[in-house]
Amino acid sequence: MSTEPVGPYGQAGAYGQAGPRGGTPPRLAVVGAGPAGLAAALAATARGVHVTLVDSAQAPGGQFYRQPAAALGARRPQALHHQWRTWRRLRDGLARHIAAGGVTLLPQHHVWCVERRSEGPAGRPHAGGFTVHALLGPGQEEPVEVRADGVVLATGGYEKVLPFPGWTLPGVITAGGAQAMLKGGLVVSGRTAVVAGTGPLLLPVATGLAAAGVRVAALVESAAPRALARRVGTLAGRADKLAEGAGYALELLRRRVRTLVRHTVVEAHGTDRLEAVTVAALDTAGRVRPGSERRIPCDTLAVGHGMVPHTDLAESLGCRVDAHGMSVAVDDEQRTDVPGVWAAGEVTGIGGAALSLAEGHVAGRSAAARLRGREPDPREWEAAAASRTRLREFFAALDTVYVPPAHWAEQLTDDTVVCRCEEVTAGAVREAVGELGAGDVRTVKLLTRAGMGWCQGRMCGPAVAGLAGCAETTARRPFACPVPLGVLARAGERGEPGPPTGETQGRGGPTVE
Amino acid sequence: MTERLTCDVVVVGAGMVGAACALYAARAGLGVTVVDRGPVAGGTTGAGEGNLLVSDKEPGPELRLALLSNRLWTDLAAEPGLGTAFEYDPKGGLVVASAPEGLAALEAFAAGQRTAGVAAETVTAGQLRELEPESAPGLAGGVYYPQDAQVMPTLAAAHLVRASRARLLTGCTVTGVLRSRDGAVRGVRTDRGEIHAPAVVNAAGTWGGEVAALAGVHLPVLPRRGFVLVTEPLPPLVRHKVYAADYVADVASDSAALQTSPVVEGTAAGPVLIGASRERVGFDRSFSLPVVRALAAGATRLFPFLERVRAMRTYVGFRPYMPDHLPAIGPDPRVPGLLHACGHEGAGIGLATGTGQLIAQVLGGRTPDLDLTPFRPDRFAPRDEEPGLRGRRFAARDGNPGRRGRFVAHEEEAE
Repeated sequence: MSTEPVGPYGQAGAYGQAGPRGGTPPRLAVVGAGPAGLAAALAATARGVHVTLVDSAQAPGGQFYRQPAAALGARRPQALHHQWRTWRRLRDGLARHIAAGGVTLLPQHHVWCVERRSEGPAGRPHAGGFTVHALLGPGQEEPVEVRADGVVLATGGYEKVLPFPGWTLPGVITAGGAQAMLKGGLVVSGRTAVVAGTGPLLLPVATGLAAAGVRVAALVESAAPRALARRVGTLAGRADKLAEGAGYALELLRRRVRTLVRHTVVEAHGTDRLEAVTVAALDTAGRVRPGSERRIPCDTLAVGHGMVPHTDLAESLGCRVDAHGMSVAVDDEQRTDVPGVWAAGEVTGIGGAALSLAEGHVAGRSAAARLRGREPDPREWEAAAASRTRLREFFAALDTVYVPPAHWAEQLTDDTVVCRCEEVTAGAVREAVGELGAGDVRTVKLLTRAGMGWCQGRMCGPAVAGLAGCAETTARRPFACPVPLGVLARAGERGEPGPPTGETQGRGGPTVE
Repeated sequence: MTERLTCDVVVVGAGMVGAACALYAARAGLGVTVVDRGPVAGGTTGAGEGNLLVSDKEPGPELRLALLSNRLWTDLAAEPGLGTAFEYDPKGGLVVASAPEGLAALEAFAAGQRTAGVAAETVTAGQLRELEPESAPGLAGGVYYPQDAQVMPTLAAAHLVRASRARLLTGCTVTGVLRSRDGAVRGVRTDRGEIHAPAVVNAAGTWGGEVAALAGVHLPVLPRRGFVLVTEPLPPLVRHKVYAADYVADVASDSAALQTSPVVEGTAAGPVLIGASRERVGFDRSFSLPVVRALAAGATRLFPFLERVRAMRTYVGFRPYMPDHLPAIGPDPRVPGLLHACGHEGAGIGLATGTGQLIAQVLGGRTPDLDLTPFRPDRFAPRDEEPGLRGRRFAARDGNPGRRGRFVAHEEEAE
């Protein structure tokens, strides 16, 4: 999302080797192996803390550093990545610490809950410690429990997509999905594409598709990014960000991609799959200008409206979540208000990879100090903190510019499916609000089943809120992913495991220290 | 709402009980306004399972109210469009025993219920497997209750309010009860203006005590937390509401801490709902893994196939319980014009229709179908509020299955 050059805090090599460990080192579980989780893990393990890094993907890197599978034999994966050098440092540092035994990496582990235990050895931030409950294997059925004295939540974010008539047609994909395909699968999804929605992600998606040989018929941005230049003009450290934007603009020009700002996709057309989209201009109030509609033939539409933080684990732990921003609240050390729980990266507010690295680094250092019973010295992470401040200001400005058009919901016909899991239409949501007395997303859900399906409203939550005319709020999802009842029934049943770094098989599955 | 509204009755609370009060009052010819600080079904109604049960009640006033309510639910479900709108399902309840002693006690309990008009059929171990082919092998038997049914509670509340054609004010908080100089009720004050009416019905559920306090009277309604686990959608593998009778011995220990007992049922939409837990922890909404773990363990013991079925989510609610486990229904002799319809604990969905009918009969000046004496809102002397005393009451009740039936642990989670 950004090419902010990272300072020394992003360089694993700068930490030196893991410090000496007298006795049993404190244990830190880091959930998520994207930029924030990697930075936190490396910062903590370099300071004498044993880290278990838990991630759902096959390989570390998260969405930002998503890697093509080795079997695909990509010759130049860096062509699609910014910050390739930073990634290499993170990757090599991780490999070193894994080899030295300071980090245990658990890939393909889907965490469904982090439990705060009530008893245990005293003298650590949370006396009882934590159990990270995960599911392993292709079927996500095999339980794994990770015990830790502290937890860093680096669970990232997920894409927000607002519906429009025709959005369920094959050929309509999310902008992030297109990006993931380019980075991970190297598969080009169509011949003629339109990239639409709002947000800074649309630029790299459009240039990435173009570079992969797709004809990008248009980049349709509902905001007016020129306002951003004005807004950002007052911010420190804007130069590299603006340069990044200018770089994309140049690239778009070179690839002859038409950019339509203050435009939106009002409908996707096609019988069996996508054949064309209708785009229209927006007036200053965010309404479609009548008569401005035009049809653009395409077989792929990559659409996205920004990102939403993944706060499920934080919420079930009881961490305070900022209701408006829908992100986990943290202090200067990246600590949540639950003792022993830190949060870093997109989960504390969407801000891209460079900000995630800075936050992860601070979280890892703070956790290492506090888990070893020391008061951390913030001067040690001055550079990261300064970068964090600058980037947060920048993304706060971005947030004010890249917002979906105010009246997007008016474009939805009553038969437009809003919740794809449960096939709930916009008309059903409108009836729940207009005639049945629903005033919030929860009641709409109970009356219509919108958000009750497999994705638990992650996809349709913003759309339902928009249709209902109420504020988007974080939904409480005590299970971050579905969990078999047999696993749930035995969760945490095992006692404290024996060997500190071994995996032991037992009734409740293996437990990892 | 800037103008002053005038109507015949203000119902405070747009949950299931408030909706039923609105419906029957409107059908009695009264002009009704329903007011709620949240949306429709925003409290306990939206956090329940929607059970209409007679099976868990011993002979007495609550069972009489349940039987009346059951008949009224059947009538409502037969009205064009209404039954399907709120997913009425006369599925029947099945109480199972794992050991012969438990079965004997269960049959004795059912015998008492039959004399009070409950249909209860003894089921052998073999018949149990016919009724519920997926139930655990080795259960001793059970009792089948064909009158038990289920609705989708949020839909039921919303559609009953709509059918009543009452004026519905959501997101509107009642801040005071207006009284005339002689003390009689003359309406409510809200954060959006006054609503004038000669009668006010307190149907605020778990928050009924707060509304009563606005009128200057004391009503001891307190929250009792419960979790419900929801699975992924399944084909109909659990056919009835199935629950175990053998936990009774555990319940005798009167702990304010966690009590769980397996209650398993399918829904029209596919997911299986698993209850029920009880904790007296105030209005604490935080997730508790130990509680849902116990629910999952209980459910998988009754239905082994659930081991591999995924839990999608869990939700929490607060049952409005009163010291003697009976709701407060009827006029408050301390404040003329104030009526109460709250404190139904875990049985509010099932008991809503009867409650609504009785309230409407009182409002219309007619003789109610049931004697309201056991439900008198002023039956609690202040000494009952003392924590020590309340604890002893619970100990006596929960430890004495004979007095109020062995399903005392169940009454709380009937929703």
